[in-house]
Amino acid sequence: MIELILGKYNYWIYISLMMIGFYAMIAKENLIKKIIGLNIFQTAVFLFYISMAKVEGGTAPILWGKAVIYDNPLPHTLMLTGIVVSVSTTAVALALVIRIYKAYGTIEEDKLLEMGDK
Amino acid sequence: MNIAGHLPILVIIIPLISAVFIPLLGRINRSAVCYFVLSVTFLSFLISISLLSMVMTSGRISYRLGGWEPPWGIEYVVDYLSGFVLTVVSFISFIVSIYSKRSVEKEIDGSKIPAFYCIYMLFITGLMGIVITGDIFNLYVFIEISALSAYVLIAMGKKKAALLASYNYLILGTIAATFILLGIGHLYMATGSLNMADLSKRLPALYGSHVVRTAFVFFTIGLSLKMALYPLHIWLPDAHSTAPSVISALLAAAALKVGAYALLRVVFTVFTVDFVQNVVPATKVFLVLAVLAIIAGSVLTIAQTNIKRMLAYSSIGQMGYIILGAAIMNPIAMTGSLIHILNHALMKSTLFLVAGSILYKTGIEDISGLKGMGKRMPYTMAAFTIGALSMIGAPLTVGFVSKWYLAIGALRANMWYIIPVILLSSLLTAVYCWRIIETIYFHKAPEDESMMTYNGHSTVVNDAPAGMTVPTLVLASLCIVLGFAAFIPVTVVTSAANMLLGAN
Repeated sequence: MIELILGKYNYWIYISLMMIGFYAMIAKENLIKKIIGLNIFQTAVFLFYISMAKVEGGTAPILWGKAVIYDNPLPHTLMLTGIVVSVSTTAVALALVIRIYKAYGTIEEDKLLEMGDK
Repeated sequence: MNIAGHLPILVIIIPLISAVFIPLLGRINRSAVCYFVLSVTFLSFLISISLLSMVMTSGRISYRLGGWEPPWGIEYVVDYLSGFVLTVVSFISFIVSIYSKRSVEKEIDGSKIPAFYCIYMLFITGLMGIVITGDIFNLYVFIEISALSAYVLIAMGKKKAALLASYNYLILGTIAATFILLGIGHLYMATGSLNMADLSKRLPALYGSHVVRTAFVFFTIGLSLKMALYPLHIWLPDAHSTAPSVISALLAAAALKVGAYALLRVVFTVFTVDFVQNVVPATKVFLVLAVLAIIAGSVLTIAQTNIKRMLAYSSIGQMGYIILGAAIMNPIAMTGSLIHILNHALMKSTLFLVAGSILYKTGIEDISGLKGMGKRMPYTMAAFTIGALSMIGAPLTVGFVSKWYLAIGALRANMWYIIPVILLSSLLTAVYCWRIIETIYFHKAPEDESMMTYNGHSTVVNDAPAGMTVPTLVLASLCIVLGFAAFIPVTVVTSAANMLLGAN
C-alpha cells in the first residue's frame, strides 16, 4: 500500500493536478480562471508523459556521451508538441476572452448567461 | 519524380501551404483569395478521388513520411474507409467554397476575409489530416489543428453569442483533446508504439491490462465529445448555429463526420471487434447511447424555432444513426452507418446552405418568418424541400438508403427493437421538417413593408445569387441522384465495412 502511494507519487500528483484543473474549468465563474484551470489540466498530462518516460537511473539520451541507461526520449518530444498545442489553445482562449469582454463588458459567466437570455 | 506516389502527402501539404499564402495574396488582391481557395479545394478533391480510385484498383496505400519505415516513422494510410471519407470531406469543402464567395462577403468584414480564408484552409487541412493519418499521435495533432481553427471560425460569426459559443466549445474541445492525448499516453505505456496498424497487432496480447482498458475509455469519451454523441452534445447547438453560414455547413457536414470517422477508426482498427464485444461491453453502451441520441436529438429539435439552431440540433440525432450502425456490428448495418456519413453530409450541408441563402437575402432567422418563401425563393426552397425529405428518409432520397441498410442490418442481428426507434425518429423528423415545408409553401406571406420593397409584390421571385443557389442545388440534386444510384457509394462502403469488422 505504502509502495503504491510513495513509489508512484508522480502519478498521484498528475491525477491531483488534473482534478484541480478540471474542477477549475467546471466550477469557476471567471473566464480567465477557467483558462488557468485548462492550463493546469494540460500540464498534468505533460507530467504523466514525462513520468512514463523515466527509466530508473537513466540519464539524458545523448548519443555521443556515455549514456548506457537513458530515459525514453519519445514522450519528451511528444510533449514538445503538446506544449505548442497548449500555448496555442491558451492564446486563442485569451483572445476570445478579450473579445467577450469588449462585447459584453464582463467576463463572469453567470452575468454573461443572464445577458444571453435577454 | 513520381507524383502519383506522393499524392497522400500532397492532399495535406497543398492546403497547408496555401493557407500561408492566402494572407499575402489578400494584401495584393482581396477578391482573388476566394478563387485561389476554390482552386486549392478543387485540387484536393481531385487528389482524393484519384486516391480512392487507386485504392479500388490496387488496395491499401501506405505512405512513409520522410522515407521512415513504420512503425518508427509517421505513416499515412489510404484504404477504403479513409479514401471514402477523404472524398466526402474534400467534395463538401469544394462545394462550400464555391458558395462561400458571396456569403462570406456579406457576413465577414472585408478586411478580415483573407484571415478568414487562411483559417478556413487550415481547418480543412486538419480534417483531411485526421482522415488520412495512420499514426495515432499525428491524429491528435490534426484534431487540434482542426479544432483550434474551428474555434476561430465560429468566433467570426456576426452575433455576440458566437464568442461565447466559441469559448464553450474551446473548453470542451480541449478537454476532449486532452482525454485523447491521455488515451494515446496509456496505449504508448502499454505497447511502446504509436502506429495504428502496429498497435492493433500488439494490443490483443494486452487486452487484460487495466492500462489498455483505461486508454479505451479515454479515447471513447474524448472522441464522443468531438462528434457530439448524446449526452456530450451541449457545445454543438450554440457553436453550429452562431457560426457564419459557410462554417455551419462545414462543421455539420465535415467536422462531425470526421469525428465519427476517428471514433470508428480507433474503436475498430486500433482496438478490434473482439475487444469491444468481448473484453469491454462497449457495443452495448454505444447501442444505448445511439438510441438515446436518435430519440432525444429528434425531440430537442422539435422544440426549436430558429432555423439554424433546429438544423444544429437535428445533427445530434443523425450522429446517433452513424453510431447505431457501428454498434449493431454486422456488415450491413455498418454499411448503413458509413453511407450515412456521406448522406448526412450531403443533406445537412444542403440545409445549412439554404439557411445561409435565406439569411443572405432576407435576414430571416426564425421559422415563422418563412411564410410564403416558396414563391419568393423557389430554387432555394426546392433545395430545402429535397434536403428535408431526405432527412425524413423518403424513398428515392439518400436518407432512405442509410435507414434501409440500418433497418435490414438490425433485423439480421435479431435486434427488432431498433426498427421502432428508426420509425419513431423518422416520424419526429417529419414533424419538424414538415412544419417548415408547410410554412414555406402553404402559409400566405405577410404583406409587410419589408416585402413592399420588391415592386410592392410579396410574391416576386427574388432568389439568392447564382453563386449561392447553384452549389446548393448541386448538393440537393446529389441527394436524389445518389438515392437512385446508391450502388455507387455502397460498393466502396461495403468494402470499408468489411474491413472494419475484420473477420466477421
